[in-house]
Amino acid sequence: MTTIDATTQTDRPGGPATTPILEAHGLVKTFGRVVGLDGVDLELYRGEVLAIIGDNGAGKSTLIKCLTGAEIPDRGGILLDGKPVHFKRPQDARTAGIETVYQTLAVAPSLDVASNLFLGREVRRKGVLGSVFRMTDRAGMRERARRELRELGISTLQDVTVPVENLSGGQRQAVAVARAAAFGSKVVVLDEPTAALGVRESGQVLELVRTLRDKGVPVIIISHNMPQVFEVADRIHIQRLGKRVATITPKSHTMTEAVAIMTGAAEA
Amino acid sequence: MSTSMLPAHDPALEFLDHRTPIDRARGLLHRYPALSPAIVLVVSVIVFGFLNDRFWAPGNLSLITQQVAVVGTLAVAQTLVILTAGIDLSVGSAMVLASMVIAQVTSAAGVPAVPALMIGLVVGLATGGLNGLLVTRLKLPPFIATLGTLNIFLAITLLYSRGATVRGAEMPSLMTWTGTTFPVFGVRISTGVLLMLGAYLLVALVLSRTAWGTHVYAVGDDKDAARLSGISVNRVLLSVYLSAGAILALAAWIQIGRSNAASPNVGVDLNLDSITAVVIGGTSLFGGRGTVWGTLLGALIVGVFRNGLSLAGLDVLYQTLAVGVLVIIAVSLDQWIRKVRK
Repeated sequence: MTTIDATTQTDRPGGPATTPILEAHGLVKTFGRVVGLDGVDLELYRGEVLAIIGDNGAGKSTLIKCLTGAEIPDRGGILLDGKPVHFKRPQDARTAGIETVYQTLAVAPSLDVASNLFLGREVRRKGVLGSVFRMTDRAGMRERARRELRELGISTLQDVTVPVENLSGGQRQAVAVARAAAFGSKVVVLDEPTAALGVRESGQVLELVRTLRDKGVPVIIISHNMPQVFEVADRIHIQRLGKRVATITPKSHTMTEAVAIMTGAAEA
Repeated sequence: MSTSMLPAHDPALEFLDHRTPIDRARGLLHRYPALSPAIVLVVSVIVFGFLNDRFWAPGNLSLITQQVAVVGTLAVAQTLVILTAGIDLSVGSAMVLASMVIAQVTSAAGVPAVPALMIGLVVGLATGGLNGLLVTRLKLPPFIATLGTLNIFLAITLLYSRGATVRGAEMPSLMTWTGTTFPVFGVRISTGVLLMLGAYLLVALVLSRTAWGTHVYAVGDDKDAARLSGISVNRVLLSVYLSAGAILALAAWIQIGRSNAASPNVGVDLNLDSITAVVIGGTSLFGGRGTVWGTLLGALIVGVFRNGLSLAGLDVLYQTLAVGVLVIIAVSLDQWIRKVRK
């Protein structure tokens, strides 16, 4: 649809000359006879929050899984920083700098905050203790964890030795987001980050999303919650029946219009 | 903006934090899982001492440690497996298999002591590796996989040894070295007890100071979360079962020294006794929570109860009864502790 490209061009930050940090074109993914993605394009630019909305079965999750290596698209390509990438598993995307916070929080409840931040990429001590005895640098990791949390403005999580299970839902989500954001990642993907949270805690997580964006880390956020999407997103990618039907902004469209496009009641 | 995120002094949170003393106790036990077994051990040592003054005699304390050495070592292996939310019903019978192989190759085949111990280690690793492959490749629940291997190892042991015991005198002296004792402050400590303590120290350090240790806890906590964090769950599980295999080979050596023989009929109780020690030691059967030091306390508690009740003149059946009650109390306590701020 030509109208989509028009809106995309005019609304993207940084002017038309900027290349997207993450770009997908013509993604197709089928599951047997079910078409999950039917030729989806997506662009994410530096310093923006891109929301992906769509009805159930519109292909939001499949799209995200293709971008983060959890699914391999049948056709189409993904460019990260202008270079083609082919993710075979989530770890590939992670190594390339795409961090995902899953709907089911990927934290280990009995481990403390610092251990969770560094889970799967522990730092070893210098010298023989690290190389031969494989000891982890606990003090260093805790210090770094405190710094990362401070930089993200998560002030009540200064005690990084507390087990995550002792934290509130919002704080746990903050730990998960902080882990995604903490290691110089290029893109952070949040899948329904506020689905299980109350109003106040949702607000905290959205604040964290804005902090990330202001630090220059682009964020893709999937949400069902229209007020939250319109509050935090710079651009909104609308998915319908396996296709992108429009990319709008909170300024160009109202919530009602967005829902109408999403459900097929209106053209983009 | 940045400091307004999650305000430090939220009146609502402070209100909610007015916890009762019971809640605080539960929080403390939750944070330090070895605390409750430590209290039980201290109290029981004092109580049994008052019931019979022979309990505190150096000779008796020495006896308790020696009685605990084999099951205590097996319980280290069991702790590793249970931390991953698994269970190993076969540790005891695998240990007996390893001890019979060590005994046979030294006595009948004339293999020297050190190579024989290496062969025992290989047997241990093979049993652990088999369990690990059944759990990771065939995706069998650990309970079922090890229930199967328990019987397999038992049968192989009896077939291989033809049911015959090998006496300590038929083996090189290094095989029974683990049963020799030396005095420490008037208490005779056996080499086997020292080896057991060495196993505890090593595994405690590895669990708390290496990435592998963190991953063991993470896998037991939530397998999916661990996988999504980039941890190779199957590799961690396989390595845990292999480590358990190496540790049970050590237990086999300690067993030969302790009983001054290798017998195919000793180890069947040890399968469950090792689980008992782990559970009484505060490690959660649901994985991800517990320490090996708790397990050491758990093994000592069982030893102290058996010894103390026997000195108090009670029938051996009451010891079994007491251990059963302890297990149920320990697991109930764990259930209650785990309800903290869910």
